[in-house]
Amino acid sequence: MKMKLATMALGALMAAGPVMADLVFPDLSYRTGPYAAGGIPFSDGYNDYFTLLNERDGGIGGVKARVIECETGYNTEKGVECYEATKGEGALVYQPLSTGITYQLIPKVTADGIALHTMGYGRTSAANGKVFSNVFNYPANYWNGASLVVNHLLEINGGDLGGKKIALVYHNSAYGKEPIRTLEELSKKHGFDLSLIPVDHPGQEQKSQWLQIRRERPDYVTMWGWGVMNQVAIQEAANIRFPMENFIGVWWSGSENDVLPAGTAANGYKAVTFHNVGSDFPVFDDVQAHVVDKGLAAGAGDQIGTALYNRGFYAAMLAAEAVRTAQEIHGVADINAAMMLDGMEALEITEDRMAELGMPNFGPSFKVSCENHGGPGTGAMAQWDASAKTWSLISDFNASDMEVIQPLIDADSNAYAAENNIATRCN
Amino acid sequence: MSDQLVFAMEVFLNGLMAGVLYALVALGFVLIYKASGIFNYAQGVMALFSALTLVGIMEGQVPFAHVINATFGTDLHHFGWHVPGFVAILLTMAVMVLLAICVQKFVFRHLVGQEPIILFMATIGLAYFLEGVGDLMWGSEIKKLDVGLPQGINLMIDETTFGWFGYGFFIDNLDIVATIIAALLVTALVIFSQYTKQGRAMRAVADDHQAALSVGISLNFIWVMVWSVAGFVALVAGIMWGTKSGVQFSLSLIALKALPVLMLGGFTSIPGAIVGGLIIGVGEKLFEFAIGPMVGGATENWFAYVLALIFLVFRPQGLFGEKIIERV
Amino acid sequence: MFYREAGDFKTTYAADSQTFPIKFDRFRYYAVSFVAFLIIPFVINDYWVNAIFLPFLIYSIAAIGLNILVGYCGQVSLGTGGFMAVGAYGCYKLMTAFPEVSIFFHVLLAGGITSIVCVLFGLPSLRIKGFYLAVATLAAQFFLVWLFNRVPWFYNYSASGQINAPERTVFGIEVTGPNTEAWATYLFCLVFLTICALIARNLTRGTQGRTWMAIRDMDIAAEIIGVNPLKAKISAFAVSGFFVGVSGALFFSVYLGAVEVGEVFGINKSFLVLFMIIIGGLGSIFGSFAGAAFLVLLPVLLKNVLVGMLGWPTDLAAHLEFLIIGGLIITFLIAEPHGLAQLWRVAKEKLRLWPFPH
Repeated sequence: MKMKLATMALGALMAAGPVMADLVFPDLSYRTGPYAAGGIPFSDGYNDYFTLLNERDGGIGGVKARVIECETGYNTEKGVECYEATKGEGALVYQPLSTGITYQLIPKVTADGIALHTMGYGRTSAANGKVFSNVFNYPANYWNGASLVVNHLLEINGGDLGGKKIALVYHNSAYGKEPIRTLEELSKKHGFDLSLIPVDHPGQEQKSQWLQIRRERPDYVTMWGWGVMNQVAIQEAANIRFPMENFIGVWWSGSENDVLPAGTAANGYKAVTFHNVGSDFPVFDDVQAHVVDKGLAAGAGDQIGTALYNRGFYAAMLAAEAVRTAQEIHGVADINAAMMLDGMEALEITEDRMAELGMPNFGPSFKVSCENHGGPGTGAMAQWDASAKTWSLISDFNASDMEVIQPLIDADSNAYAAENNIATRCN
Repeated sequence: MSDQLVFAMEVFLNGLMAGVLYALVALGFVLIYKASGIFNYAQGVMALFSALTLVGIMEGQVPFAHVINATFGTDLHHFGWHVPGFVAILLTMAVMVLLAICVQKFVFRHLVGQEPIILFMATIGLAYFLEGVGDLMWGSEIKKLDVGLPQGINLMIDETTFGWFGYGFFIDNLDIVATIIAALLVTALVIFSQYTKQGRAMRAVADDHQAALSVGISLNFIWVMVWSVAGFVALVAGIMWGTKSGVQFSLSLIALKALPVLMLGGFTSIPGAIVGGLIIGVGEKLFEFAIGPMVGGATENWFAYVLALIFLVFRPQGLFGEKIIERV
Repeated sequence: MFYREAGDFKTTYAADSQTFPIKFDRFRYYAVSFVAFLIIPFVINDYWVNAIFLPFLIYSIAAIGLNILVGYCGQVSLGTGGFMAVGAYGCYKLMTAFPEVSIFFHVLLAGGITSIVCVLFGLPSLRIKGFYLAVATLAAQFFLVWLFNRVPWFYNYSASGQINAPERTVFGIEVTGPNTEAWATYLFCLVFLTICALIARNLTRGTQGRTWMAIRDMDIAAEIIGVNPLKAKISAFAVSGFFVGVSGALFFSVYLGAVEVGEVFGINKSFLVLFMIIIGGLGSIFGSFAGAAFLVLLPVLLKNVLVGMLGWPTDLAAHLEFLIIGGLIITFLIAEPHGLAQLWRVAKEKLRLWPFPH
């Protein structure tokens, strides 16, 4: 019997001893509370990737990565505490994960000169690097997501959505309301009818909403849900026999957690995603060999290959690549937060690089620039196979309609700049 | 018949069904409040805890696996057996009885005769405690709960109503089952409290603690019994809601749905909980149907309380609450 | 020995009816104020202010406000979260509409607005009593959150639906926004807390407090001896609303800086503040502080001990936190059912007699 806790305590003591060069990645995880089921796999993936780098390659550029996990329970106040507790440790980049904590941290990280990476969540208009110097949300944001859903429907319908009815079922909060503007613009452009169906938090009781859908018979339903709302919505959709292949969720409504409780009824449900799914990548063999088999896996170690695990894994990969870029730019291995910002702004992910990392086609290839912190806004469609219990991609990483989205991003970010007297940069 | 009217009828029926589900949660509150004057804040967490335990037993999960693994570096998760639903429900019930005994022995026995607000506060502590224990014991991932209850649209009703109105009504099979179970539960509770010795003792305690004590009724025993019955009701509510959404932390929030029902029906009346549930269910669904689209929807949460408030202004003790007689 | 009235002679009426009639109490109060105003600001850093002091100070204001309503006047309220939201959104609208006015007045005005809203939802208290009254405040809670989420005017039509506190200053020193100094935000909140605590202490000691307590103890009897229940209840709602509004405004503008109503001011907040005053002690200003400290500081302390010192996995630590807090609440209750304030009172009684207990 290994005394794991005791060794951990010892490890903590040793870490507190001499200050060694390390790269600090705070992980504001939420393994407890109402959204724990979503937080556990993400955090496991985030941790495992850095453990893999440390074990296999001895860190990034020879410097060990250190992940400081801090439990937020998806609660904004605990998030503040976590940020204040970890920022003094030399944190390079924050992944706050909750919308509330993100908004809270945007001005703070800017003042403290630390990078914030909100991958597929947070403030959409942060894609405008001219205004948001320290916030990055590559490779895709909510407005891209909305456009990607519509693009997928266009593809199915031979490029014409005229006269079709699309319903948006959304969590009645800032997060859930994100896609509305984009969808409204797109409905003008493509001539489909949009109906908005809000669900109040927490969303355990959605009978009214789904009766409304049953009455109005929309051709497609798209969902911006979170937590228990997802599971109930998918179950209710199955109950009213809504065809699952016409029901498309955003990436936060597209994890195994959301579809498994509904069982076979969820077969064919789709979700838009900005990274690949499944465990069929060479890198996961390394994870097995260097992390799991050594007993170093984060959490219970049973999440590998799930949608949210892959998302955490992908986030860690992007962070590590940004560190590498920063190391190249500055010629220093033990980089600081300011150098990390340069690395993130110059980040370029190519097909070759991903293949080299053992993650071919894991996400889109893209390049970040000073103006564009939002990446390419590409994404793919994933579909759930209830019998095999796996997600699989049914499309490539396609582009979203930036013609519609870019003006929206500019308008919102400029309003923020005006409200907070921020001078635009990158000129 | 006009479309709108047919739709409204469908919404009305579904409101009734939703009301039954609310009432199931509210029942647990009423039972404990009636017998001991405790407003049990932990009722929602009890529903979560019982459902977690049920799934855990069915799937053969090792309790506290996460703690054990973290402490000793082992790799435990499942015993590798599956327990059939019925047996698992019985075992879960045993756990809930055990919980009731512990609650009585360690908490409320020491607080006999205290003011209601203090007993309420003790249940807050209990809620925190159970939340921690539940997660430590069974883990915090979402678990699928399947005890064999049917789910999905009831085709018979769909076809029949289609024949009548040209529009098939949607009624969820699970809701029908819930209604039947609720009816059985209430009947059983009424029979129990009217015709059995323990039931009468329970009512005596509810009327007057001191008088009940003086005729030789054991308060301890009655309270353990009441908490066990409330645990059972919590289990039933947990199964119903858990089947729909999977068993997860949010299950403890269903208590919020029961609050307006309680206020409306009165804290002390079992029929009040049922009727209150039905009124709230129908009221909020019809309001959402008729007015919701005009004001932007998602009105159910607050309208339930406004509805209860309107009733209370006219009947301050709740619909079925005992008349409040105030003397100086 | 140290704590006694003997030898502490009062020669004027003013001295007899001062806030802290016992000398030791008075000196303790001066000492605490001295430390709070003149020592802590010089040693405080970002972590201490953002993780510990700001939440403690702001929750204390909210707890005092709620304690006036629940503890002194006996009107149960579960709408604190919603009322804090009114304070926050009121403050935001004022901050953005009149940027040239000092934030100090915005916070006070936000309190005033909340006070009016609170009175509005308190009107049913004239008819509904006890636990049933909670329904009116719960209706307020859910309705207000829904309203702030629904009507874009409240968040200035921003695409995100969040409100962000712009930078504002008091005497040229920034107290909101990201570039604040730890001591500035701390002192700003401390000033409000001191004012609120003084007002509350003196209100509850005087006629107004006695009327409230009469209503709490038995409203019919109070009515018979000439207390106007309408005036008493409405004034309790108004004063309580003011404090809660101030705390909501500070919570948004100084502490968090960005707020989404459903997440920050949801029903959980209402329960949390109610728990604070019940655990701290109903009808006690000290109890409000004690309760806020218990529920704000203890989790942070436990987290730092379990994760920081013992190196436990964060999720296990978080679950254990719940377990320990729950266990502590129950243990305290069994030891002393009337909250932490009563423990304090008992300790004082003991101190008075010590070292001669007979």
